[in-house]
Amino acid sequence: MTDAPLLDVQDLHVAYGTRGGDVLVLPGLSFTLRAGEALGLVGESGSGKSTVALSIVRYLGGAGRIDGGRIVFEGRDLVGLDDASLRAIRGRRIAMVYQDPMSSLNPVMTVGRQLMEVPIVHQRLTAAAARERALAMLAEVKLADAEAVMDRYPHQLSGGQQQRIVIAMALIADPALLIMDEPTTGLDVTVEAAVLDLVRELRQRHRSAILFISHNLGSVVRVCDRVGVMYRGEIVEEGAVRDIFANPRHPYTRGLLDCLPALGRDKRQAPLVPIPGQVEPAQAPRVGCGFAGRCAHAEVGRCTAHSIRSMPVKGAADHRVACVRADELPAWSRRRGVGGAQPGANMTDPVIAVRGLSKVYEPRRRRRRFGAPHPAVRALADVDVTAGRRQTLAIVGESGCGKSTLAKVLSGIEVATAGEVTLDGVAVGRVPIDARNRGLKRKLQMVFQNPDSTLNPSHTVGYAIGRALRLLQGRAGADVAAGVARLLDVVKLAPGMALRKPRHLSGGEKQRVAIARALAGDPEVIVADEPVSALDVSVQAAVVNLLNEIQAARGATLVFISHDLSVVRYLTDSVAVMYLGTIAEAGPVDRVFAPPYHPYTEALLSAVPVPDPDHAVARILLEGPVPSAADVPRGCPFSTRCPRRIGPLCDETAPPVQRLGADHRIACHIPAEELLRLQVPLVDAAAARR
Amino acid sequence: MSTPATAEALPVSPPAPARVRGRAVWLGRLRALGESKPAAIGLAVILAWVALAVLAPVIAPYAPNANDLFALGHPTPSRAHWLGTDQLGRDLLSRILWGARPVLIIAPLAVLGAAALGSLLGLAAGYYGRWVGVVITRACDIVLSFPVIILYMIILAHFGSSAWNIIGVLTLTKAPIIARIVRGMALDLREREYVTAAKMRGESSLYIMLVEILPNARGPLVVDMCLRTGYNVIIIGALGFLGIGLPPPDPDWGGMVKDTYGMMMVWPHMALVPCAAISSLVVGFNLLAVGLRELGLRD
Repeated sequence: MTDAPLLDVQDLHVAYGTRGGDVLVLPGLSFTLRAGEALGLVGESGSGKSTVALSIVRYLGGAGRIDGGRIVFEGRDLVGLDDASLRAIRGRRIAMVYQDPMSSLNPVMTVGRQLMEVPIVHQRLTAAAARERALAMLAEVKLADAEAVMDRYPHQLSGGQQQRIVIAMALIADPALLIMDEPTTGLDVTVEAAVLDLVRELRQRHRSAILFISHNLGSVVRVCDRVGVMYRGEIVEEGAVRDIFANPRHPYTRGLLDCLPALGRDKRQAPLVPIPGQVEPAQAPRVGCGFAGRCAHAEVGRCTAHSIRSMPVKGAADHRVACVRADELPAWSRRRGVGGAQPGANMTDPVIAVRGLSKVYEPRRRRRRFGAPHPAVRALADVDVTAGRRQTLAIVGESGCGKSTLAKVLSGIEVATAGEVTLDGVAVGRVPIDARNRGLKRKLQMVFQNPDSTLNPSHTVGYAIGRALRLLQGRAGADVAAGVARLLDVVKLAPGMALRKPRHLSGGEKQRVAIARALAGDPEVIVADEPVSALDVSVQAAVVNLLNEIQAARGATLVFISHDLSVVRYLTDSVAVMYLGTIAEAGPVDRVFAPPYHPYTEALLSAVPVPDPDHAVARILLEGPVPSAADVPRGCPFSTRCPRRIGPLCDETAPPVQRLGADHRIACHIPAEELLRLQVPLVDAAAARR
Repeated sequence: MSTPATAEALPVSPPAPARVRGRAVWLGRLRALGESKPAAIGLAVILAWVALAVLAPVIAPYAPNANDLFALGHPTPSRAHWLGTDQLGRDLLSRILWGARPVLIIAPLAVLGAAALGSLLGLAAGYYGRWVGVVITRACDIVLSFPVIILYMIILAHFGSSAWNIIGVLTLTKAPIIARIVRGMALDLREREYVTAAKMRGESSLYIMLVEILPNARGPLVVDMCLRTGYNVIIIGALGFLGIGLPPPDPDWGGMVKDTYGMMMVWPHMALVPCAAISSLVVGFNLLAVGLRELGLRD
């Protein structure tokens, strides 16, 4: 058993039965996983990663079917196994962690009972012994106050805590193999970093092998020893993490790396390069290399004639690539841009000026029948921020920091409680959207976060954009159709898209249509609320580039709300870091992303996953979730989680705003000189390595 | 790589299923219905009744109210009267065929009325919320808390029973149920980002309710309308049976049962044939509703 791999997948064929016939999703996939090893599977949505995970535990559902091949786990072939034997393996020898923790936890059972169930069922422990195990496991996943957590229901925990519980549930039976399917997608950066570190640490302690599935190379690096890059159901390149990142041989791997914004580079230094096109549907005919259709190096004949076998790469053990031209491709290096001049920050002509803005949600009922009154929720408190004309302003922070509330007040969906907001000289803070006139509506439009809810599923793309043209520009008749075609062209979609309904569009396409709709009124300000956070990295790159191009070409101001600091660094001119409804730090992007940092900025930056195995930064991990906006700490809002808290001063007194010139300000009790002395540069260090 | 740095991903979506307009779309939808067995059977039953009702003047062997005095002695099915006759010697087959007409007009019309009224109330309650929502939901609750049969008797006894009055009564009593369903959907749908986008471009509330929200509530709404049409068929039968349905002598399935159930022990066919007609139509609508729900879930 010692030299045989723990998991040996050979020539796995998986097909899904659909209305249009069977679709082969995995056409002969092979890989191995040794005991205690961590293998990452990366690829865009639709590349078959999750199908691999589901086939191993044989959870393919009604439509999925294993058509051939072997999945040998601990010497047994799982493919032919009956249900009873599978049940004995699932949960006990193989455990799974899914993307959405809320859907893996039973909402009507306390967390403790769900945790205890695993040892009771699989190891036949008594309830008391199972409770002991559960408590020990909760301590291992670093949940403070394990006793109290045991009695909570899933909805009483934050997303990060829920994912820790799911990981605890997976590891409580000491499985030999842990499968994690996008375990950190949808979590905040800070939480993601903490969860990834936890996985890495637990891995060493439990000696479980890990199959880690992700679309983000940055998070794979933190956890895995080896990486397999998947495309259309095949592993196109496979090797040690270091080899893959230092010497990617497959054009697809290179494409994925080029899509990642590197912290420390902006749009002028290293433009993002999206992979052209999108993943071909599995039913598309496949002759030769599956990636040939999107590959810049594809040669008709060699690449498209017959299927491509995986070959070892010279000079690296275990590094294999399925590309006939792998040896001919030039050496890879992260693309460097031309480095144009930075258009000077134009703060003298602010198009949006927010002064002392507060937003308080009063409780619906003032008093409870018994006990204390309902607390008011302070979503924004005394926010000052300006966005210069033709500039991109980013607003960053974890969920619950008030970023979206700020966007809502700007756009008139909510009105300010106090303070003022001027949009191009007009006070709009208290003017709800219904009361704004057409001119004002035209000036500011929004792009939303969720591609699935941003377009009305009942209406065609053309109708959605056309309606905006009619209302915002007063167009009618054939003029509308021409306008729609022009806007589709601006967002690089074919004019034929106008007839489609959203369900025929991919996530990236939906977001492009949403951008086109926002552009219909020719706005001066575009507020984009996390426009790319629900998209794949490769699609994200294209949409970010598009936003950037449009902003530059139209001279519009872009307010870009995001929790992804690498994208922010890449895209924006100035940044405002928000924490619990206040601005912790604000200023030009190169100043904010260089010391002195606000301790919160510092923590956010250190949490950013860096797609570089050699990159090791002393991580600052924030404890716990953002406090509730209904119960804001009295002094500095960040004092409860701040790693640099200096004492009671932080708890009692609101921090002074230190102005460091050139519009850079930090709200912290620690003097800027002191911060500068304490901190290491987090961004440029990473940039300098490459 | 040799792609220029400015190269943009031009997404090439999988080609959408060819969008065909007009009748072809409807044919496509009909074919989709065929993929669910219950839907196909239900639709077949309903269409069969519709065809029989439409063709009643042509295919009914006798006039619905014509008495065959010779059959009075032997009202059981015979070569002259395939389903037999009733106690007055009227041909049952002809009466059933003619009797399908009012049911197939009143039941769907009443449902359409209820859907229109209920959707408007539900949309307003869900979209505006606050006091509008409270007033509408409470009003609906009050209507729903009445024992409906007594309500029908009071109203129809007071205003007299005619086809229009029956439609009106059914509309009023079914609208609150539709309103509840639509309100629930609207509460959810109003939070969607496309609704915010509509507000941001300055759409009126009425437009948002009718064009942005209502079409996305249509799935559950259509299923429920289908189900409710079946229930209406039952109620129309019950009203006829209670003697407050369509006035005689024109054939009405419920009325036919009422007139003949006393003779159940002697000539059961007189009551059973109209009962079977009612049941088959109700089952047809229910099957169609089940099938539509199935297809809706699959999408």
